[in-house]
Amino acid sequence: MTDADPIASLMIVFYALIGGAIRVSTPFLFVALGECLTEKSGRINLGLEGNLILGAMIGYAVSYNSGSAWAGVLAAGGVGVVLGVAHGWICKLPKVNDIAVGLAFMGLGTGLAFFFGKPYIQPSAPRLTSVPLGAWSDSPQVQQALQVNPLFFIGIILAVFLWWMLRSTRWGLVIRVTGDSAASAKAMGVNVDGVRLLATAAGGCLAGIGGAFLSLSYPGSWNEGLSSGQGLMAVALVIFARWNPLRCVLAALLFGAAGALGPSLQSIGVSFGYHFFNAAPYIVTLGIMIASARSRSAAVEAPRELSIIK
Amino acid sequence: MTQAKLSDCMPQIGPHPGGAMSLETRAMTKTFGALRALDDVSLNVRAGSFHALLGENGAGKSTLVKCIMGFHAADSGATLLDGAPVAIASPRQAQMRGIGMVYQHFTLVPCLTTAENLVIARPDAPGIIYWRAELQRLEAFMDRMPFRVRLDRHVADLSAGERQKLEILKLLYLDQRVLILDEPTSVMTPSEADEVLTLLGGMAQRGEITVLMISHKFREVKAFCDSFTVLRHGRVTGSGCAQDTSIDAMSRMMIGETQLRARAPRLTGEASGTTRAAAQPRLTLDAVSADDATGRRVVDAVSLDLHAGEVVGIAGVSGNGQSALVEVLAGQRALSGGRVLAHGQPFAPRRADLDRYKVFGLPEEPLRNAVVPRMSVAENMAFRSFDKPPVAGRFGLISPARMRAVAAGLIRRYNVQTPSADAPIETLSGGNLQRAVLARELSGDVEVLIVANPCFGLDFASVAEIRAQIMEQRNRGAAVLLVSEDLDEVLELSDRVAVMSAGKLGPVVAVEATDRDRIGREMGGH
Repeated sequence: MTDADPIASLMIVFYALIGGAIRVSTPFLFVALGECLTEKSGRINLGLEGNLILGAMIGYAVSYNSGSAWAGVLAAGGVGVVLGVAHGWICKLPKVNDIAVGLAFMGLGTGLAFFFGKPYIQPSAPRLTSVPLGAWSDSPQVQQALQVNPLFFIGIILAVFLWWMLRSTRWGLVIRVTGDSAASAKAMGVNVDGVRLLATAAGGCLAGIGGAFLSLSYPGSWNEGLSSGQGLMAVALVIFARWNPLRCVLAALLFGAAGALGPSLQSIGVSFGYHFFNAAPYIVTLGIMIASARSRSAAVEAPRELSIIK
Repeated sequence: MTQAKLSDCMPQIGPHPGGAMSLETRAMTKTFGALRALDDVSLNVRAGSFHALLGENGAGKSTLVKCIMGFHAADSGATLLDGAPVAIASPRQAQMRGIGMVYQHFTLVPCLTTAENLVIARPDAPGIIYWRAELQRLEAFMDRMPFRVRLDRHVADLSAGERQKLEILKLLYLDQRVLILDEPTSVMTPSEADEVLTLLGGMAQRGEITVLMISHKFREVKAFCDSFTVLRHGRVTGSGCAQDTSIDAMSRMMIGETQLRARAPRLTGEASGTTRAAAQPRLTLDAVSADDATGRRVVDAVSLDLHAGEVVGIAGVSGNGQSALVEVLAGQRALSGGRVLAHGQPFAPRRADLDRYKVFGLPEEPLRNAVVPRMSVAENMAFRSFDKPPVAGRFGLISPARMRAVAAGLIRRYNVQTPSADAPIETLSGGNLQRAVLARELSGDVEVLIVANPCFGLDFASVAEIRAQIMEQRNRGAAVLLVSEDLDEVLELSDRVAVMSAGKLGPVVAVEATDRDRIGREMGGH
């Protein structure tokens, strides 16, 4: 490839980067939207990494057994709800710390997935079919790069919906009130724990669906090294997005692009620093954590009931 | 006991459909463990009246209104609305009945805008909110009000006074017909307070609402209220017509027959007066600035000289940067501009400099700023001395026995009521906590003393004692900086005064050369 026209190679890297960003960002997007919703209600669920992995495994298993990838997606969302409800219910008990519970659920979800997932590492399950957005081009690399999974579009629609819901519905305002001032919420007659339980359940559902994307679309198989901490990085992403669902989309794409940097450079034969580029998302995470810890606007927009803020 | 006939105070208003309602409590009693917070309290607020509820801290005012609002369940007694007994089990039910309250802490949600706060407070808030139509209705509502709050601002960006106004607007927006206000003007400038109270007084006079206001300020009671009730130790000690009762009579009802305290004696020594100007200031603030967490400048180039043997008082409405200034001097907040000098030398508020220049402090909210709540009284009292003899022995080892002995001496000398020197300091009452801090900070040789709201929430006896201690330090030659939201306190103790407003310090003038009205205007930024 390297002896080809440099402009063409650059374009290929560019499309590979866009396509890769979309692919890599989709699970980030779902987990981040879920975490965003949960945190808006004033609770942190660090267990979404567990939801992601268990969702990936269950989604793959159900897809394999039923023959329908979409049934797998639904099942992954369902198992996410179960984990979310359990997290929300335990956090309702007095003197329970949501961060500690979240870490426990991360271990629980991962452990369950590894335990039940052993038989599904070998077989191949039906995968979600992608939408070919690259049909206009004759370049097979471009066509390959712009195979976009429908879940990505669902994620975008969901982000817009969440943004609208948090702003323009009673439910949205109640969630924000609960996340900002539990005392005010109680004075309004809102069941604070109930709202948080529902928000955690919905957030868990989204993270489970994000997991299904991992096993049913990209990389598109089930194994134990599938997630590599994406569920945790999504928490950093929510802080970076300052609890705004629309900014979650941008942040997820940025993370996705960082993750796609290594593979897309490799597609034109650049292989030096491959491991370095693969580490890019983690470096971006660190950078973002440092930058957002110093950000004053983040301090203002953070839901004030979050246990890390209080 | 004074029991004027309430019906003399104001014209009788008949039942007013959709308007003001009368509010009564009959023989209300509430105990918390051994404490009898309310003892057989009967309160009668007529429809359309502007009624003041007076009393010292801890007299039971807040407990009474919280029982009315359904926060607490009274042990016995009844609440009557328009003469009919009502059972109210929660603030939500009170709201349904048309009783709304403005609390001392805010119930607004900081991350939401003004408009969002108003709409979500409505019990019938729609499932989907069409903001364009809602905003039009809210604008129309604001147009009917004599003061307004920007609808698109986040509540976090509003000043404390604006938030308090919004709390009151919220009750009116929700069509509440009985308004209970817990010291509503404590965070407002005098002119803001007048504006709000005039509005409410007018509405009450027109028979639209009934107002029950907890207040400490006799001026407001005389100017705006038509009737009042006084509580002391959980009992009603008087009620009557606000216009016909003298302030002296009201304050006697509040504090009983105990002697009204005299002003702490002020000695004029050599250090004060004309010789002062020539001497080196003990503490100099040179264009001191500080920012809050969001980068907003909260202390803006404050310059001040503090001389030996004087009290410089800084007055101002809460939230105008006084707390931040004290935090800078105590080392709790970073300096973002300017410098501080002690005896003309650069001063950093660290342990070494605090010791070298003998700088001591009584910060506001001592439980948060001056002590570690769960450590013992003895340990807390040793914070300034634990690493020096006699508490620290050879090799810097701390002797708990000596620490306890020192504390026992201080506890006796400053009359701190505590079960023992080993009790966690958070178990002490407010007055005793302040005395314990005082004992730690004032028992040594004090050259500079920084004091912030030292008497907030304390009873009359403790207030007198603590002010006397501060005055004694001044008389002994200490340079005292007094930051207080209580204008009377500033005027009583200070030799020179200045007003802090929006982070800026006004001119420092001798206390004889100014008066309450002028300071009040400066507090509003005029």
